[in-house]
Amino acid sequence: MGRYVLRRLLQLIPVFVGTTFLIYVMVWAVPGDPFAGMCGERPCNPAFVAMMTDKYNMDETVFVQYFLYLGNLLQGDFGETFSGLAVGDLIALRYPVSIQLAVIAVAIEAVIGIAAGILTGLRGRGFVDNLVLVSTLFLISIPTFVTGFLLQIVFGLELGWFPATVSSEATWGELIMPGFVLGSLSMAYVSRLTRTSIAENRRADFMRTALAKGQPKRRIVGVHLLRNSAIPVLTFLGTDLGNLMGGAIVTEGIFGIPGIGGLIYDSILNKEGVTVTGVVVLLVIVFLLVNLIIDLLYAVLDPRIRYD
Amino acid sequence: MTDPTIAAQADSGGSYVTALEHADGGGTGKKGKPRSLWSDAWGDLRRRPLFIIASVIILFLIVVAVFPEWFTSADPNHRDLSRSRQTPSSDALFGYDVQGQDIFARAVYGTRWSLLVGVGAAVFTVVIGAVIGLLAGYFGGAVDGFLSRVAEVFFGLPFVLGAIIILNAFRSSGVDSAFALVMMVVFALSLLSWPVAMRIMRSAAISAKQQDYVKAARALGASAWRIIFRHMLPNCLAPILVYATILLGSFIAVEATLSFLGIGLRDPAVSWGVMISDARNYIRVAPHLLLFPAGILTITVLAFVMLGDAVRDALDPKLR
Repeated sequence: MGRYVLRRLLQLIPVFVGTTFLIYVMVWAVPGDPFAGMCGERPCNPAFVAMMTDKYNMDETVFVQYFLYLGNLLQGDFGETFSGLAVGDLIALRYPVSIQLAVIAVAIEAVIGIAAGILTGLRGRGFVDNLVLVSTLFLISIPTFVTGFLLQIVFGLELGWFPATVSSEATWGELIMPGFVLGSLSMAYVSRLTRTSIAENRRADFMRTALAKGQPKRRIVGVHLLRNSAIPVLTFLGTDLGNLMGGAIVTEGIFGIPGIGGLIYDSILNKEGVTVTGVVVLLVIVFLLVNLIIDLLYAVLDPRIRYD
Repeated sequence: MTDPTIAAQADSGGSYVTALEHADGGGTGKKGKPRSLWSDAWGDLRRRPLFIIASVIILFLIVVAVFPEWFTSADPNHRDLSRSRQTPSSDALFGYDVQGQDIFARAVYGTRWSLLVGVGAAVFTVVIGAVIGLLAGYFGGAVDGFLSRVAEVFFGLPFVLGAIIILNAFRSSGVDSAFALVMMVVFALSLLSWPVAMRIMRSAAISAKQQDYVKAARALGASAWRIIFRHMLPNCLAPILVYATILLGSFIAVEATLSFLGIGLRDPAVSWGVMISDARNYIRVAPHLLLFPAGILTITVLAFVMLGDAVRDALDPKLR
């Protein structure tokens, strides 16, 4: 187990370097003058250009720039924005809300998706099965921003059940509707995945054995069936948590949530390369670690899987 | 209206099967032989209502995309501020937008761009993913290790963020013809999504490599090139084809999301996403600006997802 974790961590290093380098190149090696439009209509003051070039090592090649940046990053220094704010502080201010939103979204999609999946997987063909299949089709087809606007208009403005926008404190109650919007697409995938997985395992030998032993139905479903069907669903939920922590740009924009998605969107448009690379690097680390943890959880759920 | 569509569908369906039977070696037409995966799947698909509905919608959309002038006589770019934000009437089926442009006409002409992005990105993704996946699966070892790490690098990029960064980098290069805009979005989408296609193809290739027909071909002295593209490719095609159909629908939705963020398509290529993006500041006073393009978008994506579902069920009976 320990050796497996170590090997996986070592495998993460080239992927991490590759991904961050890719992002660094895409953000910094953009063709055109990096100072264009930064000082309003006039061209920038030569002293300012010289200071900036020196500060961000812009006169070096992109490889040298990248490794200097990586060196700072490993010491916990995310760098500064052009206006002199520490990127680390910006992230610390914005990230908690995004994590909160992602957790709510994954919780909602897990509860509703798994419940719908179990219901249809156990019952087999019938009215409920078709109903769930059709609703998942619709959830998959409606883009997130349409769902967001519709729920905002209907439940936020017309009915007034939920607040239409999120205040700067972002309480849990305010984040329920945005969380639902964010998780709605994955909810459909979770319920389909659970349904397929359960329908497959329902006919397995261990189920017949459990039934023959005369175990109560609750135990057969709750322990034998669910635990064996959980792996693909858990993999999906883990990947999704990693994705949602960085992919909430649209939802955050619609509901005015002060999270990391809005920060990164603004920084990309304002060419704040330091902020973009800093945030994306953080998101990539989170994504890779979440996937590693999910891999390790397999052994807990299914003791037949061993890491040697 | 209905008859030609159905006839066209039956016709295209027929050629679809022949092409694939041909790829399969042409051995399926004779009686007494076991039916191939493809003809079996086709026989199954023809009886599915979901498949028929989805293909009718998609064929209709293709006709609209190619000949938009058949469906509306209004000029999609004609502006008249006096009719700004008017609700649907007999003159304009979907009403007018903020600039007083006919929403129905704009939606009809927008079909072309939305479909182009979806089809283009799906084709590119599948071609890149299939070639790399086949090479990784066939050669294995160091080649596989290297290609898989490269795929992981791209897989680790968050999708929407990656697309925004790529498109933003292109934006400063000053492209503004409609076709170039479409190609930019297609490139960004396929660059970020080929790793999944590659993994699907790779696992199919690894299992195909163990089969007797590949060993036989190698024993007869066939080159690696010939084994990969003549023998393994036709047998590994099913899973990736299913993935491509579902992907096509989601690419159309992703394009809309990117255009909504103001970073996907823009003015000469007015897709449904661009229309929704233009409407977003007026949703409280004039929801029809948002609802009509969003509705068409949803129906289109729904059709492709339904088609993908039906094809998957037909090609992979285990999941039924």
